[in-house]
Amino acid sequence: MNGNLYIRLIPLLPLAGFLFNGILGRRLPKWLVTAVALLAPLAAFGVVLWAALLTLAPMELRSWSGNGALPTAVALPYVETCPIPWINAGTIHIDFSFVLDQLSLVILLVVTGVGFLIHVYSVGYMSHEDGYARYFSYLNLFLFFMTVLVLAGNALLMFVGWEGVGLASYLLIGFYFQKDSAANAGKKAFIVNRIGDFGFLIGIFLLIGNFGTLTFSAISAKLIASPAWQGGVLTTIALCLLLGACGKSAQLPLYIWLPDAMEGPTPVSALIHAATMVTAGVYMIARTHVLFDHAPYALGVVAIVGAATALFAATIGLVQNDIKRVLAYSTISQLGYMFLGCGVAAYSAAIFHLVTHAFFKALLFLAAGSVIHAIGGEQDLRKMGGLWKKLPVTFAVTTVGVLAIAGFFPFAGFFSKDAILYAAYLQGPSGRLLWFVGLITALLTSFYMFRLWYMAFLGKPRGEAHHHHSTPWSMLGPLVILALLSICGGWVGVERFSAYLSPSVGARNAESGIAHLELILSIVAVAVALLGWFIADLLYRQKPAGPAQLAEALPGSYKLLANKYWVDEIYGAAVVKPLLNISQYVLGWVVEVGILGGLAWLLAGIATFTGAILQRWQSGNLRSYAAWLAAGAAAVLLFALVPWATVWPDSMEFIRKAAGH
Amino acid sequence: MNSLFSQEIPITWYLLLSAVLFSLGVLGFLIKRNLITVFMSIELMLNAVNLSFVTFAHQWHAVKGQIFVFFVMMVAAAEAAVGLAIIIAVFRARATLAVDRIDLMKL
Repeated sequence: MNGNLYIRLIPLLPLAGFLFNGILGRRLPKWLVTAVALLAPLAAFGVVLWAALLTLAPMELRSWSGNGALPTAVALPYVETCPIPWINAGTIHIDFSFVLDQLSLVILLVVTGVGFLIHVYSVGYMSHEDGYARYFSYLNLFLFFMTVLVLAGNALLMFVGWEGVGLASYLLIGFYFQKDSAANAGKKAFIVNRIGDFGFLIGIFLLIGNFGTLTFSAISAKLIASPAWQGGVLTTIALCLLLGACGKSAQLPLYIWLPDAMEGPTPVSALIHAATMVTAGVYMIARTHVLFDHAPYALGVVAIVGAATALFAATIGLVQNDIKRVLAYSTISQLGYMFLGCGVAAYSAAIFHLVTHAFFKALLFLAAGSVIHAIGGEQDLRKMGGLWKKLPVTFAVTTVGVLAIAGFFPFAGFFSKDAILYAAYLQGPSGRLLWFVGLITALLTSFYMFRLWYMAFLGKPRGEAHHHHSTPWSMLGPLVILALLSICGGWVGVERFSAYLSPSVGARNAESGIAHLELILSIVAVAVALLGWFIADLLYRQKPAGPAQLAEALPGSYKLLANKYWVDEIYGAAVVKPLLNISQYVLGWVVEVGILGGLAWLLAGIATFTGAILQRWQSGNLRSYAAWLAAGAAAVLLFALVPWATVWPDSMEFIRKAAGH
Repeated sequence: MNSLFSQEIPITWYLLLSAVLFSLGVLGFLIKRNLITVFMSIELMLNAVNLSFVTFAHQWHAVKGQIFVFFVMMVAAAEAAVGLAIIIAVFRARATLAVDRIDLMKL
């Protein structure tokens, strides 16, 4: 028997926090705003933990608590549906239904848990900023939509959350809206995401057309019941959904908004643009994985997009000098890994990487935030250096984060990245190629992360003596917790993780047949990461002049990377400029001025012309009015007094003929 | 006593007089340029009509016609008051009473 988990509270609590702080926050004291803003995600996290407690290990806990202290265990998937129907149109019925299963539970733990930590961090980070209440209300709004997205039991409700997190992302990227670059970055993120959302919407329409329902479980059941149904329209649907996922998760070719999104406050970059929102695409693919399993071509495209993005973004990350942009490109690259994992049908490995990535990338962003906070807003790596003495805790946790993302044993990234690479390797010859691309990316990742580490923390201070903030405990606490998670997060092991997730995303059953293959691949991956560290050490510690010489030796490639392959410029010339021209010339001049404006002028012209004729009547001359009056009276008299029938007997006949009868 | 006074004047004469007076009024209304003269012409037309009313009332022994005359006289009095006030205002504003030159609503 299912108990009641009240999972509807998970989104509703942050919503309440948003409404409270959004409406009243400006007039309330700071401590109250802080308390509400922190309590909302904490309470949501509590509800998620309670749900996890009741579903994960009910047997042990019940015996421990002496039978009855805890309610009966709850079986997954657990569904809560709002009794009021949402859409009833013909045969389509869509409800507000929340589904808690293994997949959404794992993601929810990350979203609310990491989300809460970042809320705590923000209290310290934003303490000197204007718009304190506005910031926290947006953050709570984001958590509301994100939890709706994760809990959604059908594609349309997921789309609501999907759009909502896009809105929250837009609001938070443009948080410093007085800065032009921030406002523009917000618009860019919103517009690029619109392209992806278009794909998602078309996918939803096709799902309605072909399945008659949008409920994920019903779609899966229908597909599982007909294993012969492969490809065709399913490929189209899967590709449309992939386009949506590419927009939200910043994959090729729609990744361009994420680096610019770094204009937002750093905790926002950590929460939305590293740990949670950008992984929504991966979550969506995992959620609809049955569809992708029935569309092998689409799955192949997912893998190719993922591998290409991973490599592409990593190469750009090599030469960036803004600490947050390095992390942004690293995020895009790591999301590419997750897509690669999805593309080789290793959904649980992808989700595993999603979780560990949420830990170490949130950690790295928050650490970068505390560096930026400490040295007074400077983000340029070239002006940092030697910070390990000033910021020992930040230095320690960043080291953990760098080791985790580079994939060193026994840090979290090692387990999840290897799981994806191993799964790719098992996919035959094309899989080996994907694996190789992933390996190269791992090398680059290790290199640019250690480059950041050396440039920011080691060596001699390069910038002028900065105004030095001390880092408050509200910022250090989350850093330490996330560092611990980045160390231990992977110890659960991909085997157990996959086994737990298998009811949601299917089991991984590929076997290599080669003994110790996984171990060998792991050793290769760690060796490659070590090589990346070694190169970074060579260039940024032993020979500080090395990077400049290298850039001079390879001017073409350096320019290509430093300018990010000119992708923004190409998009500008190929898409933005033509659209602008169409808007300005075709829509602006031909349609607006020509057709609409012309119509208005025509109507006005008719009125003016008629008026010009009729105004002669109204001369303003009193005696002419009098004359008309007298003439009219005379005509009436004439008509009334003259006996027309005798004077002109055929008069009526004449009038009838004149009228045309 | 078969004198001139004892004899009834035929109704046609009254009506002819009324028509002549009315036509004079119309003529003055149309051709005179002075606003006051135009106004007097209107009064003349009203009184010509009054004469016809009284004539017919006498002819048909109906009181209704005479009551109408009272109404017309009352309206004419009111109209004279308002009209003269307007004429004074117009004269103050424009320093002229020539109708041909008063052809704008605004000042």
